[in-house]
This record gives sequence, structure tokens and C-alpha cells, in this order.
Amino acid sequence: MFHIPNIRTLAAASFSAAILATGISAPAHAKDAIKIAVPAFLSGAAAGPFGVPARNGAEMVIDAINAGKLPEPYSAAGFAGAKAEAIFIDEAGGNAKQVPEYRNLVQKRDVDVIAGYISSGTCAALAPVIEELQRLTIFSTCGTPRIFEEAPRKYIFRSMAHATADSVAAAHYVRTMFPDSHSYTGINQNYAWGQDSWRDFDLTMQQLDSEAKPSEKTQFPKIFAGQYGSEISAMSLDKAEMVHSSFWGGDLESFISQANIRGLFKKKKAILTVGGTAAYRLGKKLPDGIILGARGPYGILVRDRDTALNTWFVTTYKDRYGTYPSGPSYQYAQAILTAKYGYDKAMKDNGGNFPDQDQVIAAIKGAKFESFSTTVDFALADGHQAITENVYGITKYDSENGEPGVTDVKFFPAECVMPPDGETSVEWIKGGMKGAKCN
Amino acid sequence: MDFNTALTILIDGLEFSSYLFIVSVGLTLVFGVMKILNVAHANFYAWGAYMAAWLIGRWTNMGFSEGSTFLMIAVATIVVGLVLGYLVERCVLRYMYERDEVVTVLATFALFLILEDAILLIFGVDPYFADQPMFALGSIDIGGITRTVYGLTMIAVAIVVGIGLWLLLTKTTWGRLLIAVIHDREMSISMGINVKRVYIVTFILGAMLGALGGAYVAPTISVAPGFAVDVVVLSFAVVAIGGMGSIPGAIIGALIVGIARAIAVHNFPQVELFVVFAVMAIVLVFKPEGLFAPERSRKI
Amino acid sequence: MNSSRDWTVPGLTIGLIAAIILGMLVPDWVLSVITISFARALAVIGLLVLWRAGLVSFGHALYYGLGAYTVALLGKYWGVHDVMLLIPAALIVSTVCGFLLGFILRKYREIFFAMLSLAFSMILYGILVKTESLGSTDGFNVGAPTFFGFKFEDVQDNKIAFFSFLCVLGYIAALLVHYYLRSTLGHLTTAIRDNEIRVEYLGYSVAKAIHIKYTMSAALAGVAGACLALTLSQVDPDSMVNWTASGELVFVTILSGTGNVAAPFIGSMIFDLLRTYAFEWAPHAWQLIVGAFLLLIIFFLPGGVWSVIARIFGARRKL
Repeated sequence: MFHIPNIRTLAAASFSAAILATGISAPAHAKDAIKIAVPAFLSGAAAGPFGVPARNGAEMVIDAINAGKLPEPYSAAGFAGAKAEAIFIDEAGGNAKQVPEYRNLVQKRDVDVIAGYISSGTCAALAPVIEELQRLTIFSTCGTPRIFEEAPRKYIFRSMAHATADSVAAAHYVRTMFPDSHSYTGINQNYAWGQDSWRDFDLTMQQLDSEAKPSEKTQFPKIFAGQYGSEISAMSLDKAEMVHSSFWGGDLESFISQANIRGLFKKKKAILTVGGTAAYRLGKKLPDGIILGARGPYGILVRDRDTALNTWFVTTYKDRYGTYPSGPSYQYAQAILTAKYGYDKAMKDNGGNFPDQDQVIAAIKGAKFESFSTTVDFALADGHQAITENVYGITKYDSENGEPGVTDVKFFPAECVMPPDGETSVEWIKGGMKGAKCN
Repeated sequence: MDFNTALTILIDGLEFSSYLFIVSVGLTLVFGVMKILNVAHANFYAWGAYMAAWLIGRWTNMGFSEGSTFLMIAVATIVVGLVLGYLVERCVLRYMYERDEVVTVLATFALFLILEDAILLIFGVDPYFADQPMFALGSIDIGGITRTVYGLTMIAVAIVVGIGLWLLLTKTTWGRLLIAVIHDREMSISMGINVKRVYIVTFILGAMLGALGGAYVAPTISVAPGFAVDVVVLSFAVVAIGGMGSIPGAIIGALIVGIARAIAVHNFPQVELFVVFAVMAIVLVFKPEGLFAPERSRKI
Repeated sequence: MNSSRDWTVPGLTIGLIAAIILGMLVPDWVLSVITISFARALAVIGLLVLWRAGLVSFGHALYYGLGAYTVALLGKYWGVHDVMLLIPAALIVSTVCGFLLGFILRKYREIFFAMLSLAFSMILYGILVKTESLGSTDGFNVGAPTFFGFKFEDVQDNKIAFFSFLCVLGYIAALLVHYYLRSTLGHLTTAIRDNEIRVEYLGYSVAKAIHIKYTMSAALAGVAGACLALTLSQVDPDSMVNWTASGELVFVTILSGTGNVAAPFIGSMIFDLLRTYAFEWAPHAWQLIVGAFLLLIIFFLPGGVWSVIARIFGARRKL
């Protein structure tokens, strides 16, 4: 490669230097305020089940941190003392929209931290851009393992386990609770999330159960199809004992109402890997006896965890928004807390001075701390990918209090459901999940 | 394939075809008469569903029986069709009649964007459930599997809509005027037909049919943002296959797509995603204007 | 032809130089937005050619997607990252595909043309979504381009270089289309729109003329898709192949106006600015703003932004 003088410097010499000033980012110095951008779906189908609860979770925690109202050990006000201004942006509109929007956040609106993102496709599309723009970004919810499998990342963290854990834990749960059921079919949306979820679940089942019998006709309807009459018929005629689904949002709720009245859940055990997001939305309409996941230890599955942080989170959320926090609320709150943890620790390491971005990154790298519902351990991808335990349960409506609940809740340690560094998810599962510690 | 499977495929196909027919017949009617491909048809569908779900919720809260919720479906259909249909035609479309067909499509695309966000602002992001009508009718076993009676009534509704439109078009004076306008607009004007009035009545009728589709489907789904986007493309495919502007075409298009999809779901679920568009492309390659396109005269 | 002098060629030349200089001066986020706008403008020029003949395609995202995925796949599986190979490859793929489909599409007019193009693009969309090795809905990332085997060390320099390259590409495309529209064959465009049968009686084959236009527009959309993929560093079916992407292209065409080959560049920039600010001001209702804007343009500015420019400079409709 040739070395070429910076074009922009040359151009600046011959034209005006004044215009250039906007392009240079300010050096880090002591601040009394930082800007945190929180992208989440605010419009479209994912707004209700994900975006709005996510936004609420982030908003509530940012407010509490600014006011110094979080329980110990996070009661110090601010991010390294600085108050945060939250900027909420819509994640809808596709990747081609989100890439320039991310650029705007960093270069035009000059935010310090970006914490959020739900769509895997968007996270994957943004990853190279984030590395190029070099701004601390904490992915909160998106699940694709690709982010850190493709390349090492310096500026990206992900504060929850990736999607492989959900599918692997689902298979473990089924094997533990229903060792006599071997045959299963699936209904998953025909896009990357649905395809990956089914693949990982199917592969794991085949590893854990020598008699595993996947159906030949698994359903992949189009996302947002809404009408599942034919699919429910086809699955009713199928002999499989279990149905796996990674449906979410309106599709999931439509599917549950249509399948419930047609008795599908009486004939087959349903495993809904993201059913947790629908639990409170469906309320009494969520039938009993469904195996429910929430993409980790979040939402309805950990509502009754008796820790100071969790109790604070659940009660404050319910007071402020009128419902219990669902998975995305927890996940976004966790991403914000990661930033808080990073800033505070970096300040301590920096002798009490306000840290610069590199110091915050160094502080988060490999960190292990208590979040609202679980322990977050940035153990993978050189300390950038968090691992947490995973959990499944079975729905049981609590008619006494008039709210949905879960029974038979089982937790699986992080080391059991996440692949170790250096192996892709599929290789790891196919290789028999070596190194998994499940007890 | 055993008898039960064949029967199931047939009923699944018919149910889905009925759904497709109800949501697309309004589109084809409006196109036939007004030469407008109305992208905002999806909004009538969405608004119909929201209105029905909201009304059903209110109605049952007021203590009325589940069975009477069907009334609310009818109310939602009429209210949305009349109000929204009237507003869209009067405020936007009537200024578009002299413009290019494709510009009009874009105008309806703009309306689509506006009305889609308007729903979000008015009804919020949380889902509406209104499954009382579905539960009121219960379920029955046919061919070894359980079905909802409500799903079967969809077939009846489609037949009623089809026959109703046929009677309207062939047995009433207004219907004959409509057919005259479909065949030759300029000639109709010179014969003294008030085409503007025909237009607005047609558009409101089309809007009602769209709203009926949404209102009737509402009890079976979670009415939440974004659920209607897919309906645009799906109903386009149906009317393109059948021949745009033809009501028998919409019936045949809906049957072909519905049954093809049911066969795919039961036998080759992996190809379900492009069945609809593959059928559409094949039909259009051989019958450029669809199976039942009304004849168009070449003008010199 | 009218008597007033045609300023298109000198105008484009000045525009090219100004754009390249500006590209070096503006902040990065502006550069990125303009690069996306200009890439899209290439496809819009193609739609302009069709529009002049009275044809509107609701499926040009098909070629957009073909171009983008050609670039992405060449990079992923064969390690090709040089624009000198990528752009011609995208051009060839989309031209060949456009030429073949042209045999079918040239028989259609009006809404039927629009619908059939939509059907074809949705089939490609279905295939992409379905196929995991093509990245399904997530798509995949595209590496930074090199130029004649040459890469700038500084990431921003590479972006400026790519933008300048895109400007030159846009300049050439605009000039070629401009000269084409002024040729006899090009003049048929408007005649076809006005009355096809008369054109046939004059002894020209309308089908052939439309076939050529369609292939041209496919080629331009393919190159546009390739450039977009290189700008965004990623491809995915939802933002590049879905019907909404086609709709966006038509939207920008009407916003720009079809009066001049320079219009798409201006219209496309306005569209991106509008979207960026709508997004910032109203994250809950930015679609509503975009929709209302489109409606206003249709009502009050049927000639698009270009008609305003033409009025300001006193130029009557050229060509």
C-alpha cells in the first residue's frame, strides 16, 4: 500500500479550513453531561412487543442513574458523575436506513454511547461501521452470533448472550422435563431469525437425544403473515409430539389465539422461545402448559427473583408504566447499566478523573457484575460478548392475582448454553457441545 | 395422500381463498371503475380491523353477549368505509382523475404511509384482542382435525359478498351504470352518466370491502402495528392473476392462490414463500393482462 | 427542440467538479448521505428514461438487488474488491437479466408493466430471504473497495475516493442518457407515451424501443445497487429488493421530476435530507411526514423539483 497524504488535509489547505472544523471530533475532557443514544423500534410491528418496553426500560434506568436512585452498588449519581441525556431513535426502516442514521448519531449529533438495537440484521450491518467510526456501542438485544464470529471488535460490546443460548437451553429444558418426547416439528418465520432458531434447536435436539425425530415438514410462513390456518392444520396432522416456535410479537399472539381454539396445544407441547414478550400482552389468553423462554433470565421468568436490584426494577417499572417489565425492558436496562458500570469503573481506575472512551472500553472489557436480574459476565470474544444463564418455564395462569405466571422454572448456567471462544455456534453444537458445563 | 389430508387441504385452501377474496375484491372493483390501483386499500383493511377490535372490546365491556359482537364487525365495516373512504376520495383522489395512472398509485402510496402512522398515533402500539366472535362460534372436528366455525363462516361471507356484488352489478340500474363506466368512460360521460358520482360511490364501496376484510379477520389475530403491510402485496397478486378490474377474476385469482398455498403448506412448506409470486409471474407471462381482464380498446 | 441553448452538458460538468470538491470538504455524515443519494440517482435516471415513455416500474429493486448482491458475493466468495471489476460485473449481470426479462416486459404497458415488474422483483426477494447461504434477511457485509488495485490507507480518504468515482460514473451515465434521449430513438420516448400506435405506423417498432429503454434502466439500476452496497458496506433484501425499495425509487423519480438527467441527483439528495430530518424530529411519525411531503409534491409540483429549477433559470423544457 502506498502512503498518501490525507486528501482532506490537502483540500483544506487549498480551500477553507473553517468548514473542516465540523469534521473533527472533540478530544475527551471532563464532562458534566454525556449523550446516550437508544435505538429501538418505535414504529412498525416490533414496536409494541420490543421497542416500547425496551425504550421504557432504558428511560427509567437512565433517569434513576441521573438522580442517583439506583440501589447499591450503583447508587452514585450519573455516569462517572456526568448526567446522561437520552436520545431515542426509531430502529425501523431497514438496514439501509440505519447505517446512515448511525453515522448521524456519531458524526452529527456527537453522542458518547449508543446502547440498544433489537434486529440482528441491523447489528450485523452496523458492526463494520461502528468499528470505522470508533464509538462505544453496546448491543442490548440483537441475537446473531455473527457479530463476533466474523471479526474481532474493539468498540462493540453485547450485554446479553446471543441467540444460540436460547435454542440450546430450550432443547436442554425439553430433555430434562419431557425425556419421553422425541418427535418435534416447528413453525418459524421465514427470515434469518426463524431459520437460525430452528436450525440451532434441531441440531441441539439431535445431539442430546439419540432418538430425536424431527418432522420433515416444518413450517416457515412469511413474517407478518397473520393467518396460520393451513399451517395449524398441517401441524395437527403431523405426528410430532412437540412444536417449536421462535415467533414473536403480533405473529406469535395471532398464532396462539388461532392454535389455542383449534386445540393444537392440547395435542402437542409448544415451545415458544420468545414467548416471554407476549406473556403480559396476552394475559389470560396465554394457555397453560406452554414452555416459555424470554431470551435469557428476563421478564416473567425472573419476576419473583428476590434481589434488591430486581425488586427495585420490577416495582419501579410497574409504578411508572403500569405493567410488569418484559424481556426487552430488562435487556435495554442491562445495556445502560453496562455503560454506567464502565464509566464508573474507568473513573476509579483513572484516579477519579473523568475517563476517555478508551478507558471506558477497557473497564467494560471482561467485566463481571450484577445486573438487575442476573450476573453479566463479559467472558467471550476477548471480553466483548457477555454470557448469562438462560431459563425456561411452563405457563400457569395465576387466577388469584389475575396475572400470568410460570412454574417449573429451570436455570441453565451460561457455560452450558453458550459456545466457547473460537468456535462458531453451529460447529460447536455439531461437535457435541464440548466443554459445556451444565450442572 | 389420504382422504383426510385432501379434505383438509381443500378446506384450508377455501378458507384462505375466501380471506383473499374479501380483502382484494374492493381493490379490483376500484381499479375496474376508476382505474386507480389503490395502495391505501391496506389501510382500509387495517382501520377496519382496529375499529372492529376496539368496538368489540367496548361492546363486551358494556355487558353485551359474545354472539352480538358480530354486529360490531358490521358497524366497523360501515363506519370505516364511509368515513375514511369518503375522506380519501374527496380530499385527495378526486384531484387525481386527470393525472397519470401511475402518479395516482404514488398518491395512494403516500396515503398509505400517512394512514399507517396515523394508526400508530391513535391506537398506540399495544395489540388489541377481540376473539369473542371466534369463541362464540366454537370449534368442530372435520377430517380428523379441529377447526374454528368462525374460519368456516369466512367462506360464507365471501360467497355472500360475491353474490351481492353480482346482483348489484347486473340487477340494479346503478350496477349497469357502473359496468358502462368500466367499459368506456368517455362514452358514459357523453351518454350523460354522472361519472363523478359513480366514482365516489364505488370508492366508498371498495373501502367498505377492504374494511370488512380487516374487521372480519380481526377476531382471529392480534391487531397490532404492521399487520396489514403484507396485505397490499398479497391482494395485488390476487387481482393481477385474475385480471385487474374483474370480479370473477378476483374469485379465480383468490382460489388459485389460496389452494396453491394450502398445497404448498401441507406438502412442500419450504416453497410457501414464493408460491404466490411464482403463480403470478407464470399467469402474467402467458396471459399478460390476467385471466379475466376486461377488454380494453386500442385508441388511435 | 427549442431555440434556447441546452445548458445540460456544461451544467453537468460544473456539477461534477463542484460535487467532487464539496465531497472533500463536507463532514463525513454529509458525505455518506450524498454518496447514498448519488448511488440511488443512477437508478432514478433509468426510471426517468422509462417514465418518459409512460412506463413506471414498481420492481426496479430487482436490478438494484442484483447489482448489490453481485458485488457482495464477488467480495465474499472470490475476494474481489476492486471497483474496476465489481462495477462492470454488476453492470453485466443486471444488463443480461434486464435484456432477458425485457422480452416479456416489452409487451406490457401502464399498470400491468408496473405489476409484472413487481412480481419479478418479489421472486428474487423470496429467493434471497429463503436462502441462508445468501445471508437470508440479515444479508452480509461488503468490504471497502479498492481502485485499480489501489487502496487509501485512511478510511475517510477511501470514502472520498469512492464518492469521486461515483460522481464520474454518474456524470458519464447522465451524459450518455442525455445524448440517447436526444437521438432519434430517444425522441421516440415521448412519442410512445403520447400515442403508441402512431409510432408503429411511422415504421418504428415500439416493442424494440421499449426493450432498449428497459435494458438501459436495468443496467443503471444494477450499477446503482452495486454502488449502494459499497457505500453502505452491506447488502440485505429488505432495504434493497423488497417492493418498498422499488417504491422509494419511483418516489424519488417523481420528486426529482423527469425534465432533465440532472434532476435525479438533486431530487435524491432532497429525499435523503428530508428523511434524515424527519427521523430526527419525529421518530414516531417520520413515515407520515415523508408521505405528506410526497402528496404535496404530487399536488403542487407535478414537474418535481426540476420544474422549480427550470423556472428559476428561465430554461424551458429541454430535449
